[in-house]
Amino acid sequence: MTFPRLAGPRRTLHRWLTGAAAASLLLGSSAWAKDPQRLRTRALAATCAQCHGTDGHAVPGEALVRLAGLPKDYMLNQLLAFRTGQRPATIMHQITRGYSQEQLEEVATYFAAQK
Amino acid sequence: MNSKSMDRRQLLNALIKGAAFGGAAGSLGLLSGCASSGGSASKAQVVVVGGGYGGATVAKYIRLLSDHGIDVTMIEPNRSFVSCPVSNLVLSGDRSMADITNPYTGLSGKHGVRIVHDRVAAVDADKRQVRLDGGSTISYDKLVIAPGIDMMWDNIQGLQAAHGAGQILHAWKAGPETVALRQQLEAMRDGGVYAIAIPEAPYRCPPGPYERASMVAAYFKRHKPKSKVLILDGNPDVTSKGKLFKAAWKDLYPGMIDYRPQHKAVAVDGRTRTVKFEVQDDVRADVLNVLPVMRAGQLAVQTGLANANNRWCHVNFLNFESTAAKNIHVLGDSIQVAAGMPKSGHMANSHAKVAAAAIVADLQGIEINPHPMLTNVCMSYVDDAHVIHVASVHEYVPTQKTFRTIGGSGGVSDVRSDLEGRYAHAWARNIWADTLM
Repeated sequence: MTFPRLAGPRRTLHRWLTGAAAASLLLGSSAWAKDPQRLRTRALAATCAQCHGTDGHAVPGEALVRLAGLPKDYMLNQLLAFRTGQRPATIMHQITRGYSQEQLEEVATYFAAQK
Repeated sequence: MNSKSMDRRQLLNALIKGAAFGGAAGSLGLLSGCASSGGSASKAQVVVVGGGYGGATVAKYIRLLSDHGIDVTMIEPNRSFVSCPVSNLVLSGDRSMADITNPYTGLSGKHGVRIVHDRVAAVDADKRQVRLDGGSTISYDKLVIAPGIDMMWDNIQGLQAAHGAGQILHAWKAGPETVALRQQLEAMRDGGVYAIAIPEAPYRCPPGPYERASMVAAYFKRHKPKSKVLILDGNPDVTSKGKLFKAAWKDLYPGMIDYRPQHKAVAVDGRTRTVKFEVQDDVRADVLNVLPVMRAGQLAVQTGLANANNRWCHVNFLNFESTAAKNIHVLGDSIQVAAGMPKSGHMANSHAKVAAAAIVADLQGIEINPHPMLTNVCMSYVDDAHVIHVASVHEYVPTQKTFRTIGGSGGVSDVRSDLEGRYAHAWARNIWADTLM
């Protein structure tokens, strides 16, 4: 499968990100307060929040999907299908084409870890 | 924002030279619940001026992204948040003011933002203090100003007086004026003419005037079908979603909407509800809705931050810090925008998140993200159910020191749809929650 070449930052997803969510339960949020990568991931995920809710917690009962707690692989597959046009959309094909595959993985991992 | 006791020259001097404000030092700590008295001495203090889409979002997200490690005080005179997006549906009778009004209590109760209902009289950039109309002074480590827009009344002769007399409204800041314009439309006879005059871009909400014309037409179609809508545009063509709007006008309101480009308003007569143009003939209307030429909110202008032609505020797009003053950030409609960046509520919310992350990083002593991203979505109703959108994704480009839209991304609706109508309703509910709750 090929994707249109996308401009933009290409950050490697930190492998510990999934573990970070579990670890934060033990350590409390203050342990992550000065983590640059965590801050960047949260800011990137916040670009989805106007429509899908802060940290993916969309307002219940509305037409836009809640992302918090969705399985990561499912979410990533949908985002990639929007990007190729495989899944029809009104707007998400236009949005997802602004993000690199690494960025889509990063936000999918983040939202999957939200309760 | 008001300046009651200092003129502009004094304020500029205060900003640039750090001149002391009379009596200000003595009031530190006296404001109940403010940063100078309520916060931990070791915590960094951010003061946010303005509680619109930009200000409220930056207040909430600084609290979130710092894990409540930074104290935030938001200064906003209004007791509740009234949304400009969706306010055109109040004009058409499809929504109430209550539907577009939300409290600020989520910011304080859930996120610990201190809210002070007052106005900022002056900013002292050297002392890093703001002085409120009420006389109190609040110190800050970082100041964020999100004052929205102000009207440049002098560009259209007679407009300020006609507006003051309630004869010609703009209703471009949602609130009591939205209700007043609705009342004018309700009072108009069937067979009357509603005219909206649009200034040259840039102005707040590029598609907003065309959405308004559509929604007024929707109201007329239901209740006053002999009436007309005149769009008097200071621009050479519809500035946003032009093909989609024109298709909607032709299909939904045949013969009702008259679109006239190249109509730059220069004067009005409030008594006869007449608008005069640079070139074209005068137009008289039964309800005349003139959007003034706009610039950065008054506080930004009076503090010398509007350094782009004395109209908008240049910022460093990496963190939205003013290029005119250190530790003062400017968000939302007040800034000199990057290419392809509209003045919208969604964009102000996006600015706020980039600024919040940068401010948190800076105050925590970690590197600011060198590649921030932001998005914009503007949904416009063309009747009570059908909506069209324009969307864009933007990335910061370090070599150009600005945001640019990402090639291949973004675009407009293929066609108006009721599915997007449902999404627009959900968008509003979600962005209000993301901004305020």
